[in-house]
Amino acid sequence: MSVQFSEKSLQEVQRIISFYPDGKQKSAVLPVLHLAQQEFGGWLSTETMDYVASLLKLAPIEVYEVATFYSMYNLKPVGKYMFEVCQTGPCMLNGSDDIVKYIYDKLGIKPGETSADGLFTLKTVECLGACGYAPMMQMGKYYREHLTKEKVDAIINECRNEAVAIKN
Amino acid sequence: MGRKLLLDKAHIENIRLYDVYRREGGYRSVEKALKTMSPDAVTEEVKKSGLRGRGGAGFPTGMKWSFLAKPEGVPRYLVVNADESEPGTFKDRYLMEFIPHLLIEGMITSSYALGSNRAYIYIRGEYAWIVDILEQAIQEAKNNGFLGKNILGSGFDCEIYVQRGAGAYICGEETALLESLEGKRGNPRIKPPFPAVKGLWDCPTVVNNVETIAAVVPIINEGGEEYAKIGIGKSTGTKLISACGNIKKQGVYEIDMTISVEEFIYSDEYCGGIANGRKLKACIPGGSSVPILPANLLLTTAKGEKRMMTYESLADGGFATGSMMGSGGFIVLDDTQCVVKHTYTLARFYRHESCGQCSPCREGTGWMEKILLNIENGKGKMSDIDLLWDIQRKIEGNTICPLGDAAAWPVAAAIRHFRDEFEWHITNADEAQRRNYGLMHYADPIHIPTTA
Repeated sequence: MSVQFSEKSLQEVQRIISFYPDGKQKSAVLPVLHLAQQEFGGWLSTETMDYVASLLKLAPIEVYEVATFYSMYNLKPVGKYMFEVCQTGPCMLNGSDDIVKYIYDKLGIKPGETSADGLFTLKTVECLGACGYAPMMQMGKYYREHLTKEKVDAIINECRNEAVAIKN
Repeated sequence: MGRKLLLDKAHIENIRLYDVYRREGGYRSVEKALKTMSPDAVTEEVKKSGLRGRGGAGFPTGMKWSFLAKPEGVPRYLVVNADESEPGTFKDRYLMEFIPHLLIEGMITSSYALGSNRAYIYIRGEYAWIVDILEQAIQEAKNNGFLGKNILGSGFDCEIYVQRGAGAYICGEETALLESLEGKRGNPRIKPPFPAVKGLWDCPTVVNNVETIAAVVPIINEGGEEYAKIGIGKSTGTKLISACGNIKKQGVYEIDMTISVEEFIYSDEYCGGIANGRKLKACIPGGSSVPILPANLLLTTAKGEKRMMTYESLADGGFATGSMMGSGGFIVLDDTQCVVKHTYTLARFYRHESCGQCSPCREGTGWMEKILLNIENGKGKMSDIDLLWDIQRKIEGNTICPLGDAAAWPVAAAIRHFRDEFEWHITNADEAQRRNYGLMHYADPIHIPTTA
């Protein structure tokens, strides 16, 4: 099997399993899927989900049904950087539509699409609990808030520079 | 200045760290409870305080605790609901991010009262960085003897774990949360049995909101009766309000429940008024699920009384002319905003978040979204308004969990109070694509019928 966690991640899996009483390791499926998504390219392939099932001694279906329910799990490949722009009421009142449109103007991607260079994916999401700091988006682990066109430009440059730095 | 019991120290530098939090009087409630009080006495203080669940339902916390079944030899669990996802609500995030030890302290004291040796914080998956903050606070508490075995020599053991969700509003519903914590899809359970009898892994469980558990700290420190002296009537203590939308100062405010809605919006101590010199058109005072009110009914009840920031006053008039305190997510719309479009974004939210278990909600939320989008895009028919009304009526009360009601109410209230704005969108479809309806009569003084 080509999918295999690093030693460090395997230790993290053990730490997560220790959160629950004996025999309740099924509870670890959500956190371990997060870990797998992070380690295996930002999305969950069937192979990855099967691997998580075997680690937690679950039937594969128990992992699939979870992975397909929660919106944070990506079931197909995504760009290296994912812009998850909130568009619910309070963000809309503060101009989230303009941010989505501006990202399209800059990168030529609509919600659900990935740029040709594989660097960026745009996703519109529902309320992320940052209503007082709107408009906003999630990028990886952190929130980017009080977005303006200038801030979006800066974030795109930051990502491009980082991608170049990693390449070299 | 109102009293602050939760966030009074949130701005102290490095309060996120144990040493600073402890120096500022942190963990006193744990010492007081474990050294001088019985578990039942702690519950008794919470009952006396009149504390009501801060997640949205407003159910008395002490009563919820007293329902917890205590069969011999069966573990009991405290689960903190940090799945903050109700649009307009971002107060728990603020509390956990800036003063995480307050939550940990409240959890230890509450766990002692409930006899829970293992407690979980179920946090929404998107708050990924806050997991690190909480785990650091837990480790610090443990290093200093406030977690682990035989805490402060009392014989009481307690561990706290943080569990991340993965993007599902429905997991804020307590039984869906428990399903998720067990590693399943977030489908709400049929009640009864209630979690107090059969909760996490079929064991007796109490699920409380972050702010509720944090409030246990000042209640134990100052006593339930002292806490109950703050506020008006059954709205005791302080409440965190997350204010957003078209106001000058968006953010999280701790209010004691004695101020008026008008003061909250216009005072510089709170929202600072409407942004960009605009006028107040409408407001959803308690998170997206509660009824939207036009400016006039928001500031004044139908009886002509000043509306206050309390559970009772916000609900005055029922759904006909009132709203709810809910989660304290305070969303303000100025006179340039379109109620149809705003309602559409909320309908889309609920369609996205419906778990799909009950047909009225799964199908109804989709229909409401589509019809509202049609009206917003100038393709609506006059009969659509009645159709929307009909759909929301068929969802409300016909689902396993309250998400159905939560999806129905915003649409119902928008039609109830802003029907002419919907009609204008349909009769003036072209114009509605170019401009918004505006303030119109929504801030006019209300006609109060006088009785002879």
